[in-house]
Amino acid sequence: MTAFLAIGTQKGLFLATSDDDRRSWQVSPAHFPGRAIYSVAFDIRGPAPRILTGVDSSHFGPSVAVSDDLGTTWQEPDTAPLAFPPDAGAAVERVWQIAPAGPDQPGVVYAGTQPSALWRSVDGGRTYELVRGLWDHPHRPDWGAGYGGQAVHSILTHPTDPERLLVAMSTGGVYRTTDGGATWAPANQGIKAYFLPDPWPEFGQCVHKVARDGADPEHLYAQNHHGVYRSTDGGDSWQSIADTLPSDFGFPIVAHPSRGGTVWNFPLVSDGERQPVDLLCRVFRSTDAGATWSPQSEGLPGGRYYPVVLRDAMCTDNAATAGVYFGTRSGEVFASRDEGESWSTVAAHLPDVLCVRAVQV
Amino acid sequence: MPTVLVPGVLRTETGGASRLEVAGGGSLRAVLDELAERWPRLERRIRDESGVLRRYVNVYVDGEDCRRSGGLETPVPPGAEIQVLPSVAGGCG
Repeated sequence: MTAFLAIGTQKGLFLATSDDDRRSWQVSPAHFPGRAIYSVAFDIRGPAPRILTGVDSSHFGPSVAVSDDLGTTWQEPDTAPLAFPPDAGAAVERVWQIAPAGPDQPGVVYAGTQPSALWRSVDGGRTYELVRGLWDHPHRPDWGAGYGGQAVHSILTHPTDPERLLVAMSTGGVYRTTDGGATWAPANQGIKAYFLPDPWPEFGQCVHKVARDGADPEHLYAQNHHGVYRSTDGGDSWQSIADTLPSDFGFPIVAHPSRGGTVWNFPLVSDGERQPVDLLCRVFRSTDAGATWSPQSEGLPGGRYYPVVLRDAMCTDNAATAGVYFGTRSGEVFASRDEGESWSTVAAHLPDVLCVRAVQV
Repeated sequence: MPTVLVPGVLRTETGGASRLEVAGGGSLRAVLDELAERWPRLERRIRDESGVLRRYVNVYVDGEDCRRSGGLETPVPPGAEIQVLPSVAGGCG
């Protein structure tokens, strides 16, 4: 077994590999040096892992590149892989998320962009078409932007029903479709939007990230712009699970790949004070679906710690004993091969880490 | 014929060519439309899909910044040089 860890940063994509069950890692030089990597994904449905990445040049715009040889070569289409049709009156600014669909839909890959839009590829992620049902939603003029921009950043396919999709956007919140993307409805009941006059709106929440439970696909977790939530009904309603966390603010939330109820996040003090609670580098884990949380920090830096973990800069891999990974805006990347019980440093002194994804094959 | 001067950083999109001769058509828009047909990988780095010049790409027609001389409607006479340059305001800190 080889483990692969893709690290997207503000100035390039780094690929780390481990051949000793994730004890040690070899980190590549930067692919796409100088370009921002806001999204990366492994597609392991085919005979060899495919890497897909959103490559963002501040001068020359966004693109998606694909590699079938673990980064030795990259392919991009001649024409833009994602392009709004002329009547949309918009242009893709950034690719925030790339999400391969399930094994029952070979070749299908979804992407989320800034401005907030969902895209569908049927050629393995090389080229994409706009999902009109979401773009044409009557709520769209009222979707706003957070500090990072206005984007669809979370895309959850359903493990048994290809017609069901869930996306989350900042701002706007959670939307779902049950007909393959033709129609969409908001699913934010119980998620608070403290920054709006009505803090319990139908939509408009600033959901930072949504994760699906590893065992029960109707169980979901959401890290909100203040607020951490669980849904046990596929998103029909949400309940707070922040009571035993030191803070309800943060960006990432990730679930164990197969064990139900196990979830991690990285709490920050608040919207106005975006740094780790007590200035400690700690991940928090729950093994009871958010009822209780415990810090995990063995092997992480001691002393005062200021860097933050962005929404896609934490992930798990697909191993039975899950690996957990996160990167910081100070360019450090940490890995745990024992579900967060202990940590080691994969890389340091990289550019700001924007996203990480890991897989064992 | 007008000539498009390609900056080094974009020559991966032209097979290494630094100068591209184009038929022209009288305006910068026509030149870029021609690039989209003949060198689409280059053109999509210069304009987004709505046809707008990317914010941090500057295009000069015979030394004049097109943003100060008519934008995409800037006249391109036969023999003109169209220089594409990344803006100093772009990049990442």
